[in-house]
Amino acid sequence: MKEETIPVTKETVIGETAKIKIEGYRFVTMTCVELDENQVDVIYHFDENLQLKHFRLTVSKDTLIPSISVVYQSAFLVENEIQDLFGIHFDNLFIDYRRTLYLGGETIAAPFCKFTVKRTDKSAPAAVQAET
Amino acid sequence: MFTFTSNILKNFLSQRATRRYPFETRSPFDGARGMLLNHIEKCNLCSICAVKCPSQCITVDRKASTWECDPFACVYCGICVDACPESALYQKPEYRQVAEKREMISLKGEIKKKVKKETDNGIESE
Amino acid sequence: MSKTIIPFGPQHPVLPEPLHLKLTVEDEVVTEVIPALGFVHRGLEKLSEIRDFHQMVQVVERVCGICSVIHAMCYCHGIEEMMGIEVPPRAKFLRVIWSELHRMQSHLLWLGLFADSFGFEALFMQFWKIREKVMDISESTTGNRVIVSVNVVGGVRRDLNSEQISWILTLLKEIEQEISALKKTLLTDYTVTKRTVGKGVLTKHQAYGIGTVGPVLRGSGVVQDTRTLGYAAFNELNFEPVVESDGDCYARTKVRFRETLQSIDLIRQAMSKIPNGEINVKVKGKPQGEVVSRVEQPRGELLYYIKADGNKNLDRLRIRTPTFANIPAILTMLPGMYLSDVPVIVLSIDPCISCTER
Repeated sequence: MKEETIPVTKETVIGETAKIKIEGYRFVTMTCVELDENQVDVIYHFDENLQLKHFRLTVSKDTLIPSISVVYQSAFLVENEIQDLFGIHFDNLFIDYRRTLYLGGETIAAPFCKFTVKRTDKSAPAAVQAET
Repeated sequence: MFTFTSNILKNFLSQRATRRYPFETRSPFDGARGMLLNHIEKCNLCSICAVKCPSQCITVDRKASTWECDPFACVYCGICVDACPESALYQKPEYRQVAEKREMISLKGEIKKKVKKETDNGIESE
Repeated sequence: MSKTIIPFGPQHPVLPEPLHLKLTVEDEVVTEVIPALGFVHRGLEKLSEIRDFHQMVQVVERVCGICSVIHAMCYCHGIEEMMGIEVPPRAKFLRVIWSELHRMQSHLLWLGLFADSFGFEALFMQFWKIREKVMDISESTTGNRVIVSVNVVGGVRRDLNSEQISWILTLLKEIEQEISALKKTLLTDYTVTKRTVGKGVLTKHQAYGIGTVGPVLRGSGVVQDTRTLGYAAFNELNFEPVVESDGDCYARTKVRFRETLQSIDLIRQAMSKIPNGEINVKVKGKPQGEVVSRVEQPRGELLYYIKADGNKNLDRLRIRTPTFANIPAILTMLPGMYLSDVPVIVLSIDPCISCTER
């Protein structure tokens, strides 16, 4: 991407997002890209005055990613989408559909992943329990 | 108040905007992409159309020398017409008529031996 | 006061598309909204693994039933940027002409549907009558009415000759007169103002913070139009983003109405400046890299993220449609409103659910 891309980690993503919000950026969207069997890229897109800025978060699929919907409330929709289609879980979502936004009730597979990996049982219920 | 009255009066006095459809039809525009048809005598069964088609509605069987199209899967984009090296495929501006039965297009063609080599090379360079 | 939960949609007379809202109502006033999607999710992004990058142009056109040209244009821009293809100038102008025609027909469709949503059937018919002329232009110049398939990677597939240009200009004149004749009704009529003024207010700060796009953002007073980036031939045309400051349904209606007229002006400018020459270039090679491409759709900013690794199939295609960014705005606009205003407010963001659920 020709625009500025800042690498972030799971720990710094909320802080960086809060910083960029103060700078006056508008939340555009998030993109999830499957890299290989275990890794995904989560790319955050922000915009100010038609200038884009991206964050790139590279994590393994079973990581519980902190939700940025605590900073930009409108991010809940796209985070739920990623949760549904890639089987990645977000922590502390504003509205958590628990993988029912696009999918039926008890789908385990991640439809947009080329490599369907059986999730370790620990992380999935943890995300749900955090909400309930 | 009454901002629409003049408009209503105008509509009363002007022609109606719609047509009495089955009895009165508009002739199609020249460039309209209607039915997809194949001049099978020109067709060389090179299957470029089948490869290029975005909805994959065309199947070409070179062994049985048939050219088949599923008009219900066709999206009428005309990519195959542009790609056809023999200009055998073409589109009529008229749309398909309603029918009682589900009709598939199935044509029996012929591989022209002489030009075959040239077109085969054509595919490879594509 | 006891709370009642009322389901709105997925089948609703006002919305032809399946959007479901769970409305928590106290008396007649909405207090909480939870949207639900996923009734028509098709997974078109995933299709990029099966279809090659040329065929994907026709696939992305089918993301939205109303603004197919603009989707294909955004996708082609992305691939062209990745492969370093310079599109001929005539093709750029033709893209502008068709995309503005599509903006016009989309806005006219919406203006009609919006009038229908508060029961003004006569106005609805009038707008759709005008729209039919735009559709005729579209059909005669491209071959199809809505999903027109004129864009390909490297240019466009059809050209306009001088006869067609003069015919379009005469039709545009008629269309402009007819739209202007409806201006007084749409913007001053008692029925319209009573149902739209002060309904679903989104302040400038809120609209920006939620990340809304398009007429919703501009209706709240934020000057942001992706066309000012100057993609296609927009850098050679002279225009200002249409902005209204009130942030209610009425302001959004005004924005869309003025944009329809602006589109006519842009088409005229493009037609007067269009250069002669080629309309497409031959594409060789395979795309490689990562690109974000943005254009302005009738509903707002459209974003494509394309990642390719040198194969004929793309690695990842992500489409962020404008309605997807505007749905969170419903959550802010609806609380405090009467239940009977819900259809009008929901429709004022111009929801396109088929876009949202690619």
